[in-house]
Amino acid sequence: MRSKQSQLEAQSIEIIREAVATSSNPVMMYSVGKDSSVMLHLARKAFWPAPPPFPLLHVDTTWKFREMIAFRDLMAKESGMELRVHINLAAQEEGISPFVHGSERYTDRMKTEGLKQALDSGGYDLIFGGARRDEEKSRAKERIFSFRAPGHRWDPKAQRPELWNLYNTRINTGETIRVFPLSNWTEADIWQYIASENIPIVPLYFAAERPVVKRGDKWIMVDDERFPLNAGESPEMRLVRFRTLGCYPLTAAQESNADTLEKIIEETLAASSSEREGRLIDHDGAGSMERKKQEGYF
Amino acid sequence: MLDALRFITCGSVDDGKSTLIGRLLYESKQIFEDHYQELEKASGKYGTQGKELDLALLVDGLQAEREQGITIDVAYRFFSTENRKFIVADTPGHEQYTRNMATGASTADLAVLLIDARKGLLTQTKRHSRIVSMLGVRHIVVAVNKMDMIGWDEAAFNAIVTDIRALVENFGFASVQAIPMSALTGDNVAFHCEQTPWYTGPSLLEYLESVDVSKPEAIQPFRMPVQYVNRPNSEFRGYCGCVASGSINVGDSIRVVPGGAEAKVKSVVIWQGEQPTANTGDAVTITLDREVDVSRGQVLSSVDDPIEISDQFEASVLCLSEHHLVPGRPYLIKLHTAQVGVTISNIKFKLDINQGSHLAASTLELNDIGEVTLYTNLPVAFESYKQCKTLGAFILIDRMTNETVAAGMINFALRRASNVHWQSVEINKAARATLKSQKPACIWFTGLSGSGKSTIANLLEKRLFVAGQHTYLLDGDNVRHGLNRDLGFTEADRVENIRRVAEVAKLMVDAGLIVIVSFISPFRAEREYARSLFQEGEFVEVFVDTPLTECEARDVKGLYAKARQGKIANFTGLSSPYERPDSPEIQLNTLNCSPDQCVQTILSEVIKQQ
Repeated sequence: MRSKQSQLEAQSIEIIREAVATSSNPVMMYSVGKDSSVMLHLARKAFWPAPPPFPLLHVDTTWKFREMIAFRDLMAKESGMELRVHINLAAQEEGISPFVHGSERYTDRMKTEGLKQALDSGGYDLIFGGARRDEEKSRAKERIFSFRAPGHRWDPKAQRPELWNLYNTRINTGETIRVFPLSNWTEADIWQYIASENIPIVPLYFAAERPVVKRGDKWIMVDDERFPLNAGESPEMRLVRFRTLGCYPLTAAQESNADTLEKIIEETLAASSSEREGRLIDHDGAGSMERKKQEGYF
Repeated sequence: MLDALRFITCGSVDDGKSTLIGRLLYESKQIFEDHYQELEKASGKYGTQGKELDLALLVDGLQAEREQGITIDVAYRFFSTENRKFIVADTPGHEQYTRNMATGASTADLAVLLIDARKGLLTQTKRHSRIVSMLGVRHIVVAVNKMDMIGWDEAAFNAIVTDIRALVENFGFASVQAIPMSALTGDNVAFHCEQTPWYTGPSLLEYLESVDVSKPEAIQPFRMPVQYVNRPNSEFRGYCGCVASGSINVGDSIRVVPGGAEAKVKSVVIWQGEQPTANTGDAVTITLDREVDVSRGQVLSSVDDPIEISDQFEASVLCLSEHHLVPGRPYLIKLHTAQVGVTISNIKFKLDINQGSHLAASTLELNDIGEVTLYTNLPVAFESYKQCKTLGAFILIDRMTNETVAAGMINFALRRASNVHWQSVEINKAARATLKSQKPACIWFTGLSGSGKSTIANLLEKRLFVAGQHTYLLDGDNVRHGLNRDLGFTEADRVENIRRVAEVAKLMVDAGLIVIVSFISPFRAEREYARSLFQEGEFVEVFVDTPLTECEARDVKGLYAKARQGKIANFTGLSSPYERPDSPEIQLNTLNCSPDQCVQTILSEVIKQQ
């Protein structure tokens, strides 16, 4: 009997190969998180001994954790793949900041708009993303090969039927396909796979003493001097880790002493809240993820 | 721990599918606190259960679904107990979303078919059980839900079970388990219900945890469809794919099908190494001991028991598109990793969902199930779906819109392509053309009735004839008196009309002639099909672009007047669509151009091609 893990792995490799075999200008979104790490690892497995025949694309919001950027550059080098980094320069010049403009507006400009700019200028017809169906309920509805109309729009009510492993990859000019090789993985699957395959991940996932301040009921890490501290406030050192990684002002840390993969897996299996709880942008109103996705967000 | 179980919930609208999945997630403690809080909020806003939690909202993830309280698209959810991991697809019950239900069913090991105890078997119950059986799901659970609403009435439960057993008797399920339950209260879902002392079977969750869905292991011959050819440099050439059946060892011989080249397996390459064997389900890269021509769509196959090829099949199909399936229309078929042109040559029957009887049909419409014969334009390697799902399942794609129009399963091949040879002929097209001192071509006129096609085509033929060219004019009206007199004006017949004419034109071009075809030919797909029969440069599409108002004003044959009076059905431009060509070789505007000028335009284009 095949283990669930080896089934998942084979299915994902099949998806990645199918996507590359049927597209002309594919690219892989690389967000530097644990899911991206697993997706990159699977892509390297799919095309070994060659490096994956497509570039990595990172939409840099300029507010990522510094450790993520260092790790990103390291992994691009190790995989032998081209890394393309895109920043929404117009928004950067306007000084768009999560602290000043609020999470919703900031995400719209730096992430969604930045992503569309990067995809349009690259002319990609197929884009790999690391989203999983267990993350959020509108993602649970999305196909593995997710068709996008011109302008990157997703119409959840008119998705292509997707039977068996037969993906309809045909598109017309201006249309694109987003491919999610990790659709059927759960958070626990990701961690167990990272452990069994020894996949490198950003150290922020492991518990360590880090400088944090409390915002609402959440711990936010002070990753650089741009963090606006309140009068008389100073960061305190706490033993924390991140369950999910994004822009540091919008990503809450959790108090934890899980400093090994074994402890992380144990903590994940026992978790009583979802991993996206730490993502502040998911809470911007009902159906917010679905709306963001319709507009082109991953 | 057992393998992961993939199952779906299906059944009619409001039978409680989403609520049941919500209940399973809830009972297996898979609901995170923040999701629970969101659920409490949403239940107040959209919930259908008064002050109680509405568990269906856990799975109905789209805003439109929550607002309407229905499931539109399939949702995949994950949960696990100590004994098993589960991937469950919650599928919609509405007939209009059947294609989304089929999407979920195609990868399921088991189906939980819900029935509302108060309503018994409904049309959708029958449709879903038929689709589930057709897709080869071997195990079903009949979940008789909302038993609390009828006071846990044993007799009512038994009556429904009798009905469903009679329905599925010939569906070939390996197991059918009926459970009386209430998804709303959780009785007999995760715990045993005190109200049903008469039911001694397992609760749903107990059953799902323990059911054995593995197939009896028979030794299958090796088959691996080639997905991707990995050639990073001249040193390495590997064939990537997932093993569909059987296994192969390094040193074993394989045959490439179609094609027939043979070679030995040199290595089975995996990440940073090699392994001695490739087994069913493995995603591997195979290298061979010699250079053979292998590309995507071919199947690496055992030499002793090679996979068959054919170009004619009998298949069961489910129509997934609002644009119905029409015999004769060219589609693409995707079968494992192969993708080739295909036409449906015949619809053998359409299934009556309620009675299971066979109905005659000229087209298949959205959600219809039928049996058809298919012709592919190239032979492909295949197995029957029953023998191997991976090598017998296919989808049909519309060439123009790229829409997935049907899903299908091969039942058997009508003939083996290997037995049919093209009669090879010594005198060929080039020889015949040389004798006539001309380049054969097909000049294809398309346009509305009364647009001036026949007038211009006639004049064109006269000019060519005077110039000593050998021509033949195929005119729509004339052909309908002979070759196509059995055809009417329905969409299916119009498609067949054009298919025949295109084939005749091809034979005539092969004979070295310049063929002028003058047909309304309203559908883009058929014109593209005609084009596909000819070599590059042989096909000249002439669009006689006269506006409808002008055609109707001219009304040379008085047809528009009749059509306006309702005396002609399916009249192009009025009651049947005309699809304008996207990029014809020649576009003629007859408002500003005389027929003579139009012919000049065509002649200069044809001369350019010569």
